[in-house]
Amino acid sequence: MTNPEIYRSLMPFYAVMVSLIAAPLILMSSRQANLREFWTLAASLVKFAVVFLLLPGALAGRIAEFIFWEISPGIALSLKADTLGVFFALIASGLWILTSFYSIGYVRGLNEHKQTRYFASFAVCLSATMGIAFAANLLTFVFFYEILTIATYPLVIHKETKVAIAAGRKYLIYTLTAGVLLIAATAWTYRITGALDFRAGGLFGNTSLSPSIMMVLFLLFLGGVGVKAAVMPLHSWLPAAMAAPTPVSALLHAVAVVKSGVFGVVRVVGFVFGPELMRQFGLNTLLAIFAGATIILASLLAFRQDNLKHRLAYSTVGHLSYIVLGAALLSPASLIGGLLHIANHATMKITLFFCAGALYVKHHKEKISELDGIGRAMPWTMGAFTVGAIGLAGVPPINGFVSKWQLGLGALQAGEILPLAILVLSGLLNAGYFAPIVYRAFLKKPAVPYERGEAPPAMVIPIVVTALLSLLLGLNPDLFFHFYRLAVMVSGSILGGGP
Amino acid sequence: MQNSPALVPLLLLAAAISIPVLAIKKTGVAYLAALAASLGSVVISAYNALRVWESGPLTYHFGGWNPPIGIEYVLDPLSVFVALVVNVVAFIVLCHAGGLKEREIPGKSVPYYALVLLLLCGANGMILTGDLFNLYVFLEIFSLACYGLIGIGEKQAPIASFRYLIMGTVGASFYLLGLGFIYIVTGSLNMADVRNILPHVYGNPAVTTGLALIVIGMGIKMAIFPLHGWLPDAYTYAPSTSSALIAPIGTKVAAYVILRVLFFVFDVKFVSQTLPVTDLIGWLAAIGILFGSVMAMAQNEMKRMLAYSSIAQIGYIGLGIGLANPLGFIGAVLHILNHAFMKGALFLVAANLRKNAGHSDISKLDASYRKKLPWSMAAFTLAALSMIGLPPTAGFFSKWYLALGAIDKGNWVFLGVILLSSLLNAVYFFRILEKVYLGTPSAQGAEGAPSPKSNRGEGFVAGEEEYALMIPAVVLSFSLLLLGLLNANIVKGVIQRIIPLGM
Repeated sequence: MTNPEIYRSLMPFYAVMVSLIAAPLILMSSRQANLREFWTLAASLVKFAVVFLLLPGALAGRIAEFIFWEISPGIALSLKADTLGVFFALIASGLWILTSFYSIGYVRGLNEHKQTRYFASFAVCLSATMGIAFAANLLTFVFFYEILTIATYPLVIHKETKVAIAAGRKYLIYTLTAGVLLIAATAWTYRITGALDFRAGGLFGNTSLSPSIMMVLFLLFLGGVGVKAAVMPLHSWLPAAMAAPTPVSALLHAVAVVKSGVFGVVRVVGFVFGPELMRQFGLNTLLAIFAGATIILASLLAFRQDNLKHRLAYSTVGHLSYIVLGAALLSPASLIGGLLHIANHATMKITLFFCAGALYVKHHKEKISELDGIGRAMPWTMGAFTVGAIGLAGVPPINGFVSKWQLGLGALQAGEILPLAILVLSGLLNAGYFAPIVYRAFLKKPAVPYERGEAPPAMVIPIVVTALLSLLLGLNPDLFFHFYRLAVMVSGSILGGGP
Repeated sequence: MQNSPALVPLLLLAAAISIPVLAIKKTGVAYLAALAASLGSVVISAYNALRVWESGPLTYHFGGWNPPIGIEYVLDPLSVFVALVVNVVAFIVLCHAGGLKEREIPGKSVPYYALVLLLLCGANGMILTGDLFNLYVFLEIFSLACYGLIGIGEKQAPIASFRYLIMGTVGASFYLLGLGFIYIVTGSLNMADVRNILPHVYGNPAVTTGLALIVIGMGIKMAIFPLHGWLPDAYTYAPSTSSALIAPIGTKVAAYVILRVLFFVFDVKFVSQTLPVTDLIGWLAAIGILFGSVMAMAQNEMKRMLAYSSIAQIGYIGLGIGLANPLGFIGAVLHILNHAFMKGALFLVAANLRKNAGHSDISKLDASYRKKLPWSMAAFTLAALSMIGLPPTAGFFSKWYLALGAIDKGNWVFLGVILLSSLLNAVYFFRILEKVYLGTPSAQGAEGAPSPKSNRGEGFVAGEEEYALMIPAVVLSFSLLLLGLLNANIVKGVIQRIIPLGM
């Protein structure tokens, strides 16, 4: 394996800072709503442009690096836009643009309070997400991971109702505990290896360690990143966090925050422990068991939810574990599938959440049992919903099929049948809990006929765009962003088998 | 400026003595003089730090008498660093005191500011001196000033102060007694000299006894669990400025003395292996961290909560001492700095609450307080996040180094305690943050929370704060971001230069 070329660049720094600079500007223009929203939109566009400019380098195996300064003797706060980082950053920053438009439609449509705090927190969250994506070492990762925890809190409690405050507490209990576990794991790793830089294939090198220490260390890491990745039994903050406004659920609790968790899992598996140690100590089996159980249980729990957002949340829990499973199987195709699912699940699930928000803004409907016949009143919204739902069930030609296919292939490559069975079963369960929604929306007759009409265009356009994106990425996974090539490269670098 | 090492304590002492004279006609002069003297001490200690930074440790012989007979001042990176921290925090707190306008000490400002300067004089002396007996003298100056500053407060303050006086005097006497034992055996009071002589007499039970007495005596001053009994009342009932001065400075100076005596007078090996004093301190600190945090959760008065939180945070320093390894030492010294800024900021916000709302009762807080004091509350939030130990604030790095130290030592209990403590901190700080940012004023108002207008003559418009009260709190708390981001410079430039031999 040839070592990628590393060059100094300010781009990763800009990617993090753009929205961090936007946050105070947003706060300062709290009285001029249009100016405030301009900052959000400008920051999201600039951020995406910056990340997109890093893409050619990443595809050519050139890694942009930015080092701030030392934050602990021997450990620098540093950013590295490697293939995996660019992959995740592209998804998060790209969807932030759509979410920003959507948010504006949403909060204005509902006349939400404290919009300034809302947009400012959102901007900080995205900075932290970029930091997580580009973190070059574990301490930098922890640094931004904790900032993300705190920056998300004001969004979770945004409504300031009792439910929201309780959800906020639950969220903090889970994520802060995860934070300290991660700190312990990081400190311990530092003590053992004397280095914290992520390295494809693992950073432990030839350090020989007892199985029990490795197991404890791995569990600490898993506790740290597993909470945000909502691996059962660490998932229950996520359904509770649905008390947040829908755009928050859409971007943060389907993309940025939870994907930071699974991204962390991939970092830990591929860049801290590495496939050899994972296999040597049976850690991948452990991870696969957690992931497999989560996939099935979450899908089953999703059936019981009548609240649309809660059903989507449990669905998210299940799908996040697809990615974890892909990482745990440690075969080329499973890693590619897992990584692709980071992108694919993002576009599909954000579509579904956007739809849920549109239903809420237009008709104040939150429950599935109230959706009878709404599809005829809001054909675009519910049409997009259908695209996302069948995609999540793994039906071609939506992109969910692509990642699932790769995952299944990966299970066979790893010589395992059980994960394949779990994937198939989960596909059926997904179809099972999404079908009633689509059925109700289009085929049942409403008790009171709806007036025909969609949510504001600022909301409907993003919905259609994400649905289209899901379809196009299903037809050609390498479209525009080269997610497929990036995933192949990452998988190759972790497993040492290719470019 | 050859004499700059001696200038800080002398300047403060001279100013303290002259304040009553200067302020005979106009009492307002007292505050200005104190402020000026404090600023002077900041400048001179910064100059001292610069000198040490450039040319390495300095010594200064008082009156030209050579040690071990004469009194020696030792300026090494550790002492100039702690002195600078103390003086800077004190200066910021004093700036804030101007905004309070004697509200809590009507008519007593002249003796009050004289005492403040005596306190600082004592603290600086304790930090800079290289003589064990001279340290005792400054300790007494420091303590007596402390008793006065606390006793001047509200109705219960004299009792709290008296309690502190009893315990503090016991502590100081223990220190003196221990010193006597050491002196009998070694025949010297100069720290460097004693350090050279001690290895020959480690077997002597008098040395052991002396060390034990010194540690217990200073442990009381440091309020290490279970010797903390005096602290909660003293911090709660003291005037706001006193709490904001004593909380960041008082216990830290004692912690500094313990560090100095254990690692620089005695030997690391002796105190951690032959006679495992550090282990004892570490375990007591661990219990203290949990005890202080749990007690802090149960408090309804913000100053009292902060007091218990201080007991827990002193435990961090104790834990670092207890680890007796380089990373633990870094953690302990860094936390002296971090905690001084955090607690200073928090107590200043509590003072702002008392000034503006007439109380600092947590149960009465609601969102209206944030509207009235947006910047104070922002400062509080940032300091709270630092207490919890979230990056990029300074508190995260205290936790980081202590965790590294605990792992280095293989002490999993200490690691667990540090991490658990950060979660406990989150519980009692988010309790307040929730109220301040999310509490609905109407529900609370029904209980008859005194409206600021009824309590104070002058009402204020939402969003307007007095700059004199707001800026010092904001400065202290926003420095936590800088201290956090630049901590590696402090660790490498200062603390790593003075890792005690044998660690």
